[in-house]
Amino acid sequence: MNATRAEVCIAACSDAWRDSGEVLAHAVGTVPAISARLARLTHSPELVLSDGECHFMADPPPLGKTAAAGGTVEAWAPFSRIFDILGTGRRHSMMGASQIDRFGNQNISLIGDWRKPKRQLIGMRGAPGNTVNHRTDYWVSRHSSRVFVDRVDVVSGVGNDRARAHPSSALRFHHLGVVVTDLAVLDYDEDGRLKVRSLHPGVTADQVRENTGFDLDFGEAGESRLPDERELELIRTVLDPQNARDREVRS
Amino acid sequence: MGGKSMTLSDVPKHVRSGMTVGIGGWGSRRKPMAMVRELLRSDVTDLTLVTFGGPEVGLLCAAGKVRRVIYGFVSLDTIPLDPHFRAARENGRIEATEYDEGMFVAALRAGANRLSFLPTRAGLESDVLLMNPHLRTVASPYDDEVYVAVPAVRPDVSLLHLNRSDELGNGQFLGPDPYFDDLFAMASDRTLLSVEKVVPTAELTATERSTSLLVSRMFVNGVLEAPNGAHFTSCDPDYGRDEAFQRHYAQSAQDEHSWREFRDTFLTGDEAGYHEAVRAFHRTTEKESA
Repeated sequence: MNATRAEVCIAACSDAWRDSGEVLAHAVGTVPAISARLARLTHSPELVLSDGECHFMADPPPLGKTAAAGGTVEAWAPFSRIFDILGTGRRHSMMGASQIDRFGNQNISLIGDWRKPKRQLIGMRGAPGNTVNHRTDYWVSRHSSRVFVDRVDVVSGVGNDRARAHPSSALRFHHLGVVVTDLAVLDYDEDGRLKVRSLHPGVTADQVRENTGFDLDFGEAGESRLPDERELELIRTVLDPQNARDREVRS
Repeated sequence: MGGKSMTLSDVPKHVRSGMTVGIGGWGSRRKPMAMVRELLRSDVTDLTLVTFGGPEVGLLCAAGKVRRVIYGFVSLDTIPLDPHFRAARENGRIEATEYDEGMFVAALRAGANRLSFLPTRAGLESDVLLMNPHLRTVASPYDDEVYVAVPAVRPDVSLLHLNRSDELGNGQFLGPDPYFDDLFAMASDRTLLSVEKVVPTAELTATERSTSLLVSRMFVNGVLEAPNGAHFTSCDPDYGRDEAFQRHYAQSAQDEHSWREFRDTFLTGDEAGYHEAVRAFHRTTEKESA
């Protein structure tokens, strides 16, 4: 079976949940949501999934639906409890990024000057708190130099340079994992800078270079793995039979 | 403890210009829209809104009633951002206190506890501190950690919408999530509660578990019955979000002409007139799609 680009992205995101343990998977976006479910059904059965509202699901409802549409509820966690869970650190986020810089500073708040933004985006949401409380990964469905910028307009999710410069030990839980895009998987070097871990099959280093607004190290870049037969079967028949994944990732 | 029964037309007596107003619900879910529409009909202005914001923020901004919004986000859920709020931000017409969501909760918890601030890790090293120059950090007296000292927010009045209550203000949620309505009530000097249905006290727990009793009358100053009072936001299990109408709201906000038409159709009459216009809207769109 030939895997699509979206399916390669899902496998890469699924690997990000590996070894997270018995924690709440907070997944924003179609590919991250599918990937958390895939991880749960394959290598990480201990992962805790939410219906995106107030239930944790032993058996999740159809993609994009809440517990009202089916599945098996295993816990009740209204929004107020989510903030408490976040504080305990038993959570792992995979969020989007409107902008991200070489140290993983992420912006989802606004474009332009914060006093009078050129474009108001969704706001800080939970990014500042997520990044200083537990592991955070990013998912970028369109890898471009408008997203991977030299300087983010404001910092929502805290990057490695800022976390390391912080003078107290209050940022001891700061942990950026990977950035998965439609072209590549990036992680961070010893200095906390983004580097290329793997290019998706069919993607060239030049393609990634042209679509990134800062220099990247390709020295250790391998090729992203393909999803195996079982993963493809799960993605196509169980997790996303409506093929929502192809609406998020161009092939 | 009695005498809390009120009508929509009483709302502007409690919400006066310049006040800080807490709004319950979350995004486009269980918002006290009937009371918000009453504010739109009044001459109240210069409000500071405190909210996990939904369409109430856009509507009040579009009507020029807002000076500042203190928010964790402003979203219509199925539409990522309220278009009027976006426009108000981009035109610089309102002041914004944009917090991380957890910081926003800390501000309300501090308010409810009558503390001047509560410490959070959230916000450290992010530009929430740049965008909110009033924020200070605080050093732990026990170790070397430093936290953001989120200042308390205490609304002068909060507006909540729940499924049911008695006439004394014991409020009940029957949906899946209480959101932060109980916290808003405790953090505010006064709270007005609208509900789908006012029932005798004994009826509240006749068929529902007592754990659904979210807000005690201690924290409620006015009660009114407003069926469909959260429209077009959701009020599960009484009704879901009116997605068709919400799309119409968001599309109408795109230009001045269509917004004037929306306002003239839905927002110039009284509450009964609003719901009649919404029914007419659905009759027309159903005919068009038939």
